[in-house]
Amino acid sequence: MNNVNEVPLIFEMTSPGRRAYEYPQNDVPLEKINDLIPDRFLRKKPADLPELSENEVIRHFTQLSRLNYGVDVGFYPLGSCTMKYNPKINEDVAKFSGFTSIHPYQTEETIQGALQLMHELEKYLCEIAGLHRATLQPAAGAHGEFTGMLIMKGFHADRGENQVRREIIIPDSAHGTNPASVSMCGYQVVEIKSNSRGMVDLESLKKIAGSQTAGLMLTNPNTLGLFEEDILKIAEIVHNVGGLLYYDGANMNANLGITRPGDMGFDIVHFNLHKTFSTPHGGGGPGSGPIAVTKELADFLPIPLVDVKNNNYYFNYNYPKSIGKVKSFYGNFLVLVKAYTYIRSLGARGLREVSETAVLNANYLMRLLEKNYHLPFNQACKHEFVLSGKRQKSHGVRALDIAKRLLDYGYHPPTIYFPLIVEEAMMIEPTETENKETLDKFAHMMNEIAREAVENPDKLKNAPFNTPIRRLDEARAVKELDVNWYNKMK
Amino acid sequence: MRYIPTTEQDRKDMLKSIGLQSMEGLFDDVPDRVRLQGELNLPSAQTEYELFKSLKSLAEKNNNLEQYPSFLGAGAYGHLIPSAVQHILSRSEFYTAYTPYQPEISQGVLQAIYEYQSLICSLTGMDVANASLYDGATALAEAAVLAGEATKRKKIFLPMTIHPEYRMVTQLYLENRGMEVIQIPHDKGQTDLNYLKDNINEEIAGVLIQQPNFFGILEEVKEVASLTQKFGALLVVSVNPISLGILEAPGHYGADIAVGEGQGLGNPVAFGGPFLGFFATRDRFIRQIPGRIVGATKDIEGKRGFVLTLQTREQHIRRQRASSNICSNQALNALAATVFLCLVGKKGLQEVANLCLQKAHYAYRKITSIKGYSPLFTQPFFHEFPIQTPDSPEVINKVLLEKGIIGGLDLKRHYPELGPSMLLCVTEARTKKEIDTLVQALENYHE
Repeated sequence: MNNVNEVPLIFEMTSPGRRAYEYPQNDVPLEKINDLIPDRFLRKKPADLPELSENEVIRHFTQLSRLNYGVDVGFYPLGSCTMKYNPKINEDVAKFSGFTSIHPYQTEETIQGALQLMHELEKYLCEIAGLHRATLQPAAGAHGEFTGMLIMKGFHADRGENQVRREIIIPDSAHGTNPASVSMCGYQVVEIKSNSRGMVDLESLKKIAGSQTAGLMLTNPNTLGLFEEDILKIAEIVHNVGGLLYYDGANMNANLGITRPGDMGFDIVHFNLHKTFSTPHGGGGPGSGPIAVTKELADFLPIPLVDVKNNNYYFNYNYPKSIGKVKSFYGNFLVLVKAYTYIRSLGARGLREVSETAVLNANYLMRLLEKNYHLPFNQACKHEFVLSGKRQKSHGVRALDIAKRLLDYGYHPPTIYFPLIVEEAMMIEPTETENKETLDKFAHMMNEIAREAVENPDKLKNAPFNTPIRRLDEARAVKELDVNWYNKMK
Repeated sequence: MRYIPTTEQDRKDMLKSIGLQSMEGLFDDVPDRVRLQGELNLPSAQTEYELFKSLKSLAEKNNNLEQYPSFLGAGAYGHLIPSAVQHILSRSEFYTAYTPYQPEISQGVLQAIYEYQSLICSLTGMDVANASLYDGATALAEAAVLAGEATKRKKIFLPMTIHPEYRMVTQLYLENRGMEVIQIPHDKGQTDLNYLKDNINEEIAGVLIQQPNFFGILEEVKEVASLTQKFGALLVVSVNPISLGILEAPGHYGADIAVGEGQGLGNPVAFGGPFLGFFATRDRFIRQIPGRIVGATKDIEGKRGFVLTLQTREQHIRRQRASSNICSNQALNALAATVFLCLVGKKGLQEVANLCLQKAHYAYRKITSIKGYSPLFTQPFFHEFPIQTPDSPEVINKVLLEKGIIGGLDLKRHYPELGPSMLLCVTEARTKKEIDTLVQALENYHE
């Protein structure tokens, strides 16, 4: 990858008169544009889009793709993101014209296949979550959180308690989206400290929870990769004060077929289909964040739900207590198709094997690394674990430097500086799709880096050396803001 | 299991190396009471070939638009997509990557987003754009939120001519933040300017408008802009990006924020998703923009490169005080839009917009000359128009389907007061022959 030259911007390659695509000839009687639309609405100066041939466009974006690292390129142990292999059949299926070329407003008789898929996927997700009904509408995990919080709000409002229940309890180890979603719904965040074992502290929870509590947001295993063993007690405390439990599904890859959020006492669960169910992440989306809920919350789900009557699937808008809509149409449908395909390809046993292997891989890798890196919570982890770079810090090497050095060895680094409660955190999630050799090799490189940190810390501080580009000046990006090529050209 | 490489022997070796006897030992911390007894109740696993066949048959239960010429629009548009778009999206270096947190190995997607942002700015006439939001509806909602934050006011004008689903989403986003939505009625398919004049005041944070609006009709955006500015409110315009091949860019008539549904730019209708919401605004609001922004910078050797920038606005840093909770957006769909715009180029965008315009007006003239079908409104429109139908559109669409045509959208659910009427859309993908077949079928139906 290291010999790739700077790829010019597409705007620097344009040449007036070149074309990459031709539209069909107009076959209806041609009218003058301003006979159809008054002048005041018309554009005076066309958008200055690039002009290139098809070959040039293809080469440009192909060159850009070569500067990018994906799961198909190599190991991607980015904690909390579940960067597992994305089966190719999923991609093929999502390209069937019977899925890509159907309009969301077609009449129900013409879209029975799509509705059946949604209905069945909803059932599968409910079974996996141990809950009653689900919406497939949210477009991503954070969007699911937002939806879940609104369902909580709808439920409390229905009981006349919305004015008093204003607080959502969130552990200090939570994903940043959690508190952001809470405040988007007009709720207040109450942070609860983790105890010395990295878990929710029950005594603090008892103190914080009360009649003002709308609910608790939690991921289990938590962001340290540890299973909240007191989950039933946590649920009891929150439920006893009339609050609800929300499950952040980012870490669901540890639980498939082993334990279900609904059985742990959660009332609302979001899934990240682009994590657990291997619809790829697309370089930053599209994701999909379905929400599953208990029976008593089902009426508050966004409309429409897909219901079935006389073997016909239909969109049911008749849920008067519904929170409304969080997105136009029905969700990121093609992403749903991929998740559906994935679940069908594995079945119950395959899904359980996914989680078992993900947990095995994480524990195996953790033990290979604990000699050279500080392990703040020394116990069996679930699908991921968090190391601290504090030993390396004493040599002036930061988690960031370790991450950058990993790039030289051809790996995507772990998530760094998260969770916030661990100093110099490095959060590692190997997933189930990596073989033992990959884990061994990665551990070897990590241990090599630990040695470098002692012997040659400067090497790490200046890494990477072998990437298409070296460390970038982020401060300059802010100070000399350049986010639009045309603005710069003005 | 074909996606898991771990063999029985590997498992034994790995367990041994961590000092465990069995896989069960990995889950000692999961209390018995929450352990799943038995197996999940799911259909049994299928091989790749079985899956291919069963999914194919599920897909074939749908009447797809490749076989049935469709006149549906209303926020999801069947435009032609150059082959090259899909080929770029199929590069797995793009689609199997995460959000570009490590810029040194993510220059591909980062540069593509920078190009996307620039193209959206050129299209809309704005200064800055983000890396995309979920769809047109959430982009409008986020824009309204920004209007509230920027003006420190709480009321938003929301015309009834905006897409009904966008209105539902916007209402949900705003009311839960303690903002107030004021609906503006329509007058013959356009936002009622008199209502706006009589009711706008210095408490209004923003005026939202859709151009062309849900009915396909053009709004008097310049008048709306001057009224909005007079009272210090922000103007948020939701635009159809294809229409910007011929229609004036929102940045040129005073919009403060331009948003819209980007699906028409190289993304299939796909039963409503995944789509992408684009979001562009003026320089002065850059620190309040929701979502990712990519900026150009240099590396330590002076080489140009791209990074996620102004991240202190975002949830992973600012947590509950972030400008939005958005994390994953619609990066791959934004890549499709980028490749699409580069392929069609300056001329192609004007051509496709004009083709839509010409064909829609041809269909309009033909249909409204049939006895029993009359225009619902008469204002200028782009590529969509509502017509009054002699019978309920539900019945008419059934007859059309028998002729192999997917008709327009029945307006009953969202605008029952309009009587039997149908919203029809005609894009460049429809031929004259298909339009004539539709006209013939409508004519025969009436007889």
